[in-house]
Amino acid sequence: MLLLDREGAKADVWTRVETLDLTADNVIVALAQLRDALAARRPGQHIGAAIDNTERAAALEPFFRELALIVIAFPTGYNGRGLSIARQLRERGFVGALRASGPLVSDQFPHALACGFDEIELPDDSAKRQPVEQWLDAAQRISVTYQRGYSYGAVTNILEQRRAARLAGVGNNV
Amino acid sequence: MYRYDEFDERLVRERVAQFASQVARRIDGSLTDAEFLPLRLKNGLYLQLHSYMLRIAIPYGTLHARQLRQLARIADEYDRGYGHFTTRTNLQFNWSKLKDVPTVLGLLADVEMHCIQTSGNCIRNVTADQFAGVAYDEIEDPRPIAELIRQWSTLHPEFEWLGRKFKIAVSGATHDRAVVKSHDLGVRIVRDAKSGAAGYEILVGGGLGRTPLAAQVLREFLPREDLLAYLEATLRVYNLDGRRDNKYKARIKILVHEIGIEAFRALVEEEFARIDKARVNADPQEQARIAAYFAPPAYQDLPEVSRKLEEAQIRDPELARFVEHNLFRHKRRGYTAVTISLKPIGGTPGDMSSEQMRVVADLAEKYSFDELRVTHAQNLVLPYVRLDDVAEVYAALKAHDLATANVGQITDIIACPGLDYCSLATARSIPIAQALSKHFADPEKQKEIGEVSIKISGCINACGHHHVGNIGILGLEKKGVESYQITIGGDPSETYALGELLGPGLPAEYVPEAIDKVIAVYLAERQQGETFIEAYRRLGLDPFKAAFKEIADVVA
Amino acid sequence: MAAVKRPPFPVILVANDLLEGEVVFASEDGWSRDPRHAKVALDEAAAQALETFAAREFLHAKVVGAALVDVELRDGAPVPRHIREAIRASGPSTRPDLGKQADFQI
Repeated sequence: MLLLDREGAKADVWTRVETLDLTADNVIVALAQLRDALAARRPGQHIGAAIDNTERAAALEPFFRELALIVIAFPTGYNGRGLSIARQLRERGFVGALRASGPLVSDQFPHALACGFDEIELPDDSAKRQPVEQWLDAAQRISVTYQRGYSYGAVTNILEQRRAARLAGVGNNV
Repeated sequence: MYRYDEFDERLVRERVAQFASQVARRIDGSLTDAEFLPLRLKNGLYLQLHSYMLRIAIPYGTLHARQLRQLARIADEYDRGYGHFTTRTNLQFNWSKLKDVPTVLGLLADVEMHCIQTSGNCIRNVTADQFAGVAYDEIEDPRPIAELIRQWSTLHPEFEWLGRKFKIAVSGATHDRAVVKSHDLGVRIVRDAKSGAAGYEILVGGGLGRTPLAAQVLREFLPREDLLAYLEATLRVYNLDGRRDNKYKARIKILVHEIGIEAFRALVEEEFARIDKARVNADPQEQARIAAYFAPPAYQDLPEVSRKLEEAQIRDPELARFVEHNLFRHKRRGYTAVTISLKPIGGTPGDMSSEQMRVVADLAEKYSFDELRVTHAQNLVLPYVRLDDVAEVYAALKAHDLATANVGQITDIIACPGLDYCSLATARSIPIAQALSKHFADPEKQKEIGEVSIKISGCINACGHHHVGNIGILGLEKKGVESYQITIGGDPSETYALGELLGPGLPAEYVPEAIDKVIAVYLAERQQGETFIEAYRRLGLDPFKAAFKEIADVVA
Repeated sequence: MAAVKRPPFPVILVANDLLEGEVVFASEDGWSRDPRHAKVALDEAAAQALETFAAREFLHAKVVGAALVDVELRDGAPVPRHIREAIRASGPSTRPDLGKQADFQI
């Protein structure tokens, strides 16, 4: 597995558990175990939740303040349902880390970032073909976006730019 | 028409570089073939039977002269000297090379064109009424919101990886010329009964293909400012709840059909209520900025009637026939919209040579304020021609085999490329269209038959819109042999209907005779002034079925 | 690559060149654009050899969509039996001036 974010590869401080084993400091549990895990949490311990893309943001909403991480599974790279889940989580106020986990391709990195993901967890087969540099390239390849509310990093929003130009009294091309 | 600003331009240029990088990464092994396939499709590049095929977006069917000229250049330098206009008002080149595509994309970007989202599981090229801005029956020009939707849907990060393709059409007139009801999402400009303000009726869940369904009303009236937020809510519900377990059940129409329009509407309205609209919608100034590009051209004040054209018609009966069939009533006095038929008798529907493209580009420049339209029926339109100029336009068209006077007639046939080009096809379409065109070539016979549409698809995916043809033909494969099913009664307009099957499939050589039988029933049974589709509605399927059976029995 | 379909013999191997897109046929001497040069496999072992070749060429990003196609021999030259492959090996039936039929006067 390779974990990366906009800065590049990063160490994974999280431990994913199948059963309710809370020995590690940062533990990712399945949605079904989340309530129990939060109840048993030690002081200073962080809990993350892993969900399939068939789950909905609403299922996690009650736990937003206690959750440090949500991992959304991408069963195939080109199944974009997780993008809408991420967007909903952000719109509904989740401020913790969001991780996309699955065989994405680097060209999808900007889509994931724009929808609110912070990091990507790649299976080894994808990671060995698509080195980190390709992901960093992809993140800045398209520097402008039409969709308001989806900008991130150095990507600028076209409509906001036009509005700013209008307010400054320039850029009227008509 | 719309012109790119620096941001539009930058996005398209960066997208070209991105595609070049994707090709390089496919070749160096970074991307598997399975990973590359959807990436090239999102850029309109298919692998067809003979070669790659490149599909170029013509947003809401609007082109200017220099764009068409550039397409001619690409046809000559990078293809085989011709292009094919499709039912989504796009242009396809059939003989592309992958290694040339980044260069071709650069040439397209030079004239503010691209191939973005002309295929793949994303929001496709938005289409509109070909007479937008000029139609006599228009409530409001749909092009400004078509352009707004084009921009909003271009590289939308959340909706780049939908379960299936998503097609949007926009209409601003009382008559539907954009086949709105066969779209995943339709936007109709309407006036609010109470306030009189213009807003949008939103339809959802239409589609052709293997499960043809008519779109249903999702929202009767949406205020103008909320369009993007409402689209975002609708697409989000589809992206979250649309099926992904079965490719054939992944379109939004299946979701709407399975849960019902009320349940679907409840989901959309709930999401819409939650969306921070101020954060998503385009501000009114942005809408106004776009709309300004579509202001009417510098029309002259002209009389209602052109004496010049009337006199020319008396001298030339062929011109008179052209005027009768290929002119459309304009909202501006003294002007007309001229449809250029890409359906010469015996030709390939929608095909156009590079030479013809240059001729038409010149005509657009000289006679139509530089502008052209592409119709979903695979024809072109010069939208702003002075009636006084029609005879000259006609003469120039005629010199290049572009003056066929058959718009809306039985030889104005829609046909997909079919098995002559397409890797998905199960049977050929073009030879059927050619045979029928020749069969009904006689202009007097065509005039007697009147308005009727034949639409041919070479497979169940229905690119040729066969379900909504007054006469629909679907080419299938039966035990290794091409076989053609015929439906009648389809209607793409505001009186939308899906055609009904006449009987078993026929071999290609029997198709013209079978259509003859169907037409004969109409001619024998019609009442004064009744078109084919009107007669069908009154008579029902049975008399046509009985006539068809005579042929089917011979075949059997 | 995906499992290659195994139609009845005789068969030839047809693919598209990755960079050009053009239809190519496995011949005695690598890929050929000319269908008449297609190597005809008459038995299991020969078909297997074509499949091995296809898998290697796909892996090396030379071709895509390689598949065995059943043919009949006309004047010694292989002609695909199925209409789809016959059109692929000759060109659009409506444009005799384009495709293999024009390039090689077939």
